[in-house]
Amino acid sequence: MKIQEYTVSKYNFEECMKCTVCTVYCPVLQVNPAYPGPKQAGPDGERLRLKDPYFFNYALKYCMNCKRCEVACPSGVHVADLIQAARIKYSRDVPKLRDRILASTDLMGSLARPFAPVVNGVTGLGITRSVLDATLQIDHRRVFPKYSGRSFEAWLRRRAKEQAAYREQVAYFHGCYVNYNYPALGKDLVKVLNALGVGVQLLDKEQCCGIAYITNGMSDQAAKHARHNLEALRKAVDGKGLKVLTTSSTCTLTLRDEYPNLLGIDNSDVREAVLLATRYIYERLEQGATLHFRPDFRLKVAYHTPCHLERLGWGVFSERLLRMIPGVEFTLLDSACCGIAGTYGFKKENYEASQAIGEALFSQIRDIKPDVVACDCETCKWQIEMSTGFTVRHPISILADALEA
Amino acid sequence: MRFDTVIIGGGLAGLTAGICLQQEGRSCAIVSTGQNALHFFSGSFESVEAPTPRMSDLFTQAGIAVHYSPGVRLMPLGTFRPAALSLSDVTLAETPKFARKVLIVNFLGYQDFFTTFLADGLEREGMSCRIATLDLPETGQIMSSPSEMRSVQIARVMDRAWEKAVQEVRILLKDEDTVILPQVFGLNDSSVPERVRQAIPARVIFVGTLPPSVPGIRTQQLLKRRFEVLGGTYLSGDEVLQAHLHDGAVHSIVTRNLGSHYLEADHFILASGGFFSKGLKSNPFQVSEPVFGLDVRQAGDRSAWYDPDFKADQPYLQFGVETDEALHPLLGGRPVRNLYAIGSVLGGTRPELGTGAGLALRSAFAAADGILESPVIPNEA
Repeated sequence: MKIQEYTVSKYNFEECMKCTVCTVYCPVLQVNPAYPGPKQAGPDGERLRLKDPYFFNYALKYCMNCKRCEVACPSGVHVADLIQAARIKYSRDVPKLRDRILASTDLMGSLARPFAPVVNGVTGLGITRSVLDATLQIDHRRVFPKYSGRSFEAWLRRRAKEQAAYREQVAYFHGCYVNYNYPALGKDLVKVLNALGVGVQLLDKEQCCGIAYITNGMSDQAAKHARHNLEALRKAVDGKGLKVLTTSSTCTLTLRDEYPNLLGIDNSDVREAVLLATRYIYERLEQGATLHFRPDFRLKVAYHTPCHLERLGWGVFSERLLRMIPGVEFTLLDSACCGIAGTYGFKKENYEASQAIGEALFSQIRDIKPDVVACDCETCKWQIEMSTGFTVRHPISILADALEA
Repeated sequence: MRFDTVIIGGGLAGLTAGICLQQEGRSCAIVSTGQNALHFFSGSFESVEAPTPRMSDLFTQAGIAVHYSPGVRLMPLGTFRPAALSLSDVTLAETPKFARKVLIVNFLGYQDFFTTFLADGLEREGMSCRIATLDLPETGQIMSSPSEMRSVQIARVMDRAWEKAVQEVRILLKDEDTVILPQVFGLNDSSVPERVRQAIPARVIFVGTLPPSVPGIRTQQLLKRRFEVLGGTYLSGDEVLQAHLHDGAVHSIVTRNLGSHYLEADHFILASGGFFSKGLKSNPFQVSEPVFGLDVRQAGDRSAWYDPDFKADQPYLQFGVETDEALHPLLGGRPVRNLYAIGSVLGGTRPELGTGAGLALRSAFAAADGILESPVIPNEA
């Protein structure tokens, strides 16, 4: 008798036993009937697409790539990867100008940063938003992130000498958001790491991780960024023996998992060295390092685990660090998507769905009335702040605030 | 990362053990590889014994309404099965002939609920049945995508629009004394099934649908929330790749997501489930337990695994981990002293009788007791 002993296929596609658990946890399926759902869009559809690409369904673009289907799957099927890989392989959609603009986070950042006050003023105007809505289909109700006048890279470069004086060193992949919009988070990380006796270096010219290119149908562009970033990572990891820390959960997932799984680019030599700063700091403390906290620090914190952090499985480090701070009253929010999913919620056609998805999370936050919401993702921050009015802080920033001066 | 107890498996068994231990101040982590069998839960624990007070407390404190009344429950295909301890969604009747005239109601376009099978079964027991469908504007949106019209999708609508469904049922109702509805009520708001019952002037029975199970998902979410409120750590979507044993005891485990960051504990509980959950794996030659490589009760030759008569007792269903009396599983014939095996991973059980949930509960309490009786080992760090 001829027996196939193992059933290992790309993305574990053959392991799907049609149990429907993924459909329970798909945020899009709850609000958008045009989306076929993760089971249909993923393993069921893959069966058909393998027979004939004709069966590729353009409604797969409604997938937010949140990966909640993969976290829920009892059979280890990489459902979201199947869906994103199918879009890369079969979609003939040419990205719109709007999608190109939204995806080019570092290009837009370098263009906007020198004129930050003007850009911030203009994007804040109702008229601008109406024009963007009419011309580019970027929803007029969406609040834009502000740009910072000076980049984080420029700030850290001026302190390179001072940082180099620390005996221990790490490199920091800051990502577009810290560099162009919110250098304060990067500064907070430097403060916390310095308190642990660790100095911070920049990578040799990092680029945007490329996730927005992947989800907006520009995987060639994403692959260019991936190859560039891997060279930069190798210089730090192989060349200098450094760990590379991150503060954005999505950048981390992209560097570690999306590069090999979706773009087919091998990162196995540096993957283990790319760590969320929360994990690195937690491990340092576990090994006996100490941080000194202000005795008068009091903060009611509600922690939201972003989808990609849920997929990484590292939310536990943020949670434990926050619980460790004396004076923090901690609540873990129910695991739920906020609805923004990077550039997804900016698009006019997704705005209503985006807000409906996040509603369960927003109402839990309103009930708890925390002093701040803590969260490791920049786009969750925009979404939660815009939709609830509560301030969102990164766990690293809360840690930095709680440190004794 | 160090805990008092690390539990492998986040279903009914793992969560029950975790809640018991966390309540007594023992810090627990649960490693869960995807969602679990509660998503296919009938709502009935099938245990004929009355619940112990701590079992009742577990449910009450988690906000899960249960009732105990030995009898029978109506199955999705119109047959009956003995049942006792159940979620309050499940109606327990003294005898299969529990009504005179029955109105069976389904939602228009919903294909996971078998009204004609139900009617056939009930008519065999001497009840007369009428089948009706509800066409609500509220479910119109999900109907536009028929392949995605599942229990949970309808339940999300019913959480906010159950009163509309009730109004329609009241209009449909003639002289029937009983109304049968699919189990699509009370996904996030557990008060809905009882309110539906109160609002319809007949006996209301909720009958199971094809998966996913709405009352099962609600139970999972309430237990998980209870565990987390007590301070437990629930690691979703992770997988245990390897265990480190030293001197006949488990020292730490390695997971896919945490990699070089091991999870250490004084005690470990294996609640990884049966074949479906991959707590047991099979290839053409043997059945194995993948995390620790524990001794598995099994028939040697594959031809003895199953009976060609589909309806006969299937031997493979009794395959599973061997343990000593204290539920310490055997490795090479010797018990692993700080490890417990609970729930469907256990061998010698009869899951085909639907006793899985009762077994999960009772073995979880037993393992938690074993751990609570042992002294707390001070943290080395």
